[in-house]
Amino acid sequence: MEDLSALLHGFGVVLTPYNLILIFVGIILGVIIGVLPGLGGANGVAILLPLTFTMPPASAIIMLSCIYWGALFGGAITSILFNIPGEPWSVATTFDGHPMAQQGRAGEALTAAFTSSFFGAFVAVIVITFLAPLVAKFALRFGPAEFFAVQFLAFCSFIGIGRGAAAKTLAAMMIGFALAAVGLDTVTGRLRLTFGSMELLRGFNFLIAVIGLFGIGEILITIEEGLAFKGRTAALNIKIVLQTWKDLTRYWATSIRSAVIGCWMGISPAGATPASFMSYGIAKRMSKRGARFGTGEIEGVVAPETAAHAAGTAALLPMLTLGIPGSPTAAVLLGGLLVWGLQPGPLLFVEQKDFVWGLIASMYIGNIAGLIIVLTCVPWFAAILRIPFSIIAPVILVICAVGAYTVNNAVIDIWVMMGFGVVGYVFRKLDYQLAPLVLALVLGDQAEESFRQAMLGSQGSLSAFWANGLVGTIMTLSVIVLFWPAISALGAKLRGGGTADRIAGD
Amino acid sequence: MDGAPQSTSKDSLVSRRTMEIVVAILLMGGGGVVMFDSWRVGIGWQTEGPQSGYFPFYVGLLIVAASAVTLVQAILSRQSASVSFVSKPQFKLVLSVLIPAIIFVIAVRYIGLYMSAAIFIAVFMTWLGRYGWRMTVPIAIGIPVLLFFVFELWFLLPLPKGPLETWLGY
Repeated sequence: MEDLSALLHGFGVVLTPYNLILIFVGIILGVIIGVLPGLGGANGVAILLPLTFTMPPASAIIMLSCIYWGALFGGAITSILFNIPGEPWSVATTFDGHPMAQQGRAGEALTAAFTSSFFGAFVAVIVITFLAPLVAKFALRFGPAEFFAVQFLAFCSFIGIGRGAAAKTLAAMMIGFALAAVGLDTVTGRLRLTFGSMELLRGFNFLIAVIGLFGIGEILITIEEGLAFKGRTAALNIKIVLQTWKDLTRYWATSIRSAVIGCWMGISPAGATPASFMSYGIAKRMSKRGARFGTGEIEGVVAPETAAHAAGTAALLPMLTLGIPGSPTAAVLLGGLLVWGLQPGPLLFVEQKDFVWGLIASMYIGNIAGLIIVLTCVPWFAAILRIPFSIIAPVILVICAVGAYTVNNAVIDIWVMMGFGVVGYVFRKLDYQLAPLVLALVLGDQAEESFRQAMLGSQGSLSAFWANGLVGTIMTLSVIVLFWPAISALGAKLRGGGTADRIAGD
Repeated sequence: MDGAPQSTSKDSLVSRRTMEIVVAILLMGGGGVVMFDSWRVGIGWQTEGPQSGYFPFYVGLLIVAASAVTLVQAILSRQSASVSFVSKPQFKLVLSVLIPAIIFVIAVRYIGLYMSAAIFIAVFMTWLGRYGWRMTVPIAIGIPVLLFFVFELWFLLPLPKGPLETWLGY
């Protein structure tokens, strides 16, 4: 019950007028960011991060995390009304959400999506409330080898259960590590990969990489489709909301199953995108109406939205307790913590109680506020998408440039951002995953440091990673996850059927 | 699934297969550079522990290895030769964003961010969006003014300024 009193204390931190205003501002900004093409959760938070440097850290993270919740909600609006997934994890929502909108059931689809999102997030917040302190307490025993092992597990999950070609995911991830290595080596004090350039001395800032890869890259991808969006209108009134809520009670089993999948996938950093696909796939197989999925089944909206939100929220658990973000946006938030002088990891729960529990309490309030805001304001948010792209595109580009500039007050960073933008465009088109690249860029220095420290302990022998039961288990698990596609294919072959579980891989 | 829908239209500028090969070779080159520089600063072990290149060397090695796999896959793939990476009209649209954006970034150094932003938005709206001045001017002026209030005055984050701002006393 120690945690409950800590949580109540956290509510005390959040429930000040200043923080409540920040929650509302954050949610509204977040939905707008989620709706606009070229601005997503990750780079929206990256652009706004420099603005929060002057705020108290607890207020800053409350606002930024609320932007994240808002962006998660916003993704559903574009998927359903415009068939444009605002974020990768909303792709599965378009399968049934957009057909529903085409049949004139947009209100129903949106209510189902928002409510499911809320339910998924709420389950994940409860999981965080009770599990995070335990994980943090457990992780206090971690040494460098264990920390590297956990990071290794995170990266193996990307290759093993993430989507896309393994070789490309590996390449993208390693590019992130290589970019992180540029500059001063903090352990030996030597310069590396700078090639005599003064500009490279500072290394690559992940905020600028995120703004370029996700912001500029997204604009270049979007412009290809032409300048106009065609969308459906949505009428949301209290009658539709209540009717849909009544209908939704029938899908309680799907909701709970999807929330569990989401929490699991979010904590083991496979992320929200595979969670939404897996949840959709399983719901399709389990549902009596599975054959009609894809034609506008409400259950096909419930499953991916619940899982995506649960995963997106649960991704903050490993970020807070272990310092390992489960999603690109969580990675940006983690970078924020470092800027505010807070070291994410188990000690955060001991040393920064106000901060941690304030954040967790704000997740409860933020999601309730978010649900109310999106349900009441959908038409206005949808109207944003009707602003022609030839107005939106230059404005977003300017905002991205401002965001990149304010990180270090350097004009050269705007150039770096443009460069990352072109890379992001090409990588997206060739299906290189950007999330592992960003995560590796954020975690690169830490991962390298824990690797080197572990190696020091064992004098350069990899046996350090199998030195005790704990680290050995995590490493073995990582290797299994890494080769999971091969293992499951082999298993299917042994069973003699061709029914390999391919949902997570597609 | 993330990417834009792929077309097999005749006006393809470059095939997906070509781009796969080019990118894989570029990445292999990049990985090679990382390996080389790591080797230069030392990939071994010194008295106080691993040298600076110890970790990045293997990172570079993995980039080369992973891209080699992608390269072989792309060369062997028959299907992606007919798939377009980008068509000519699409590429034109991409350039129509990219080139003004590059000019905008160049201009920031000389006339400041606010002026550049105003001109960039105005050019984009009139040229690509075909908007009249009545629609363009308020947005092209309003956004930089808004940025000025938010960043310069409210959050006290100075943005690059040029002669106009100096003349106005900032």
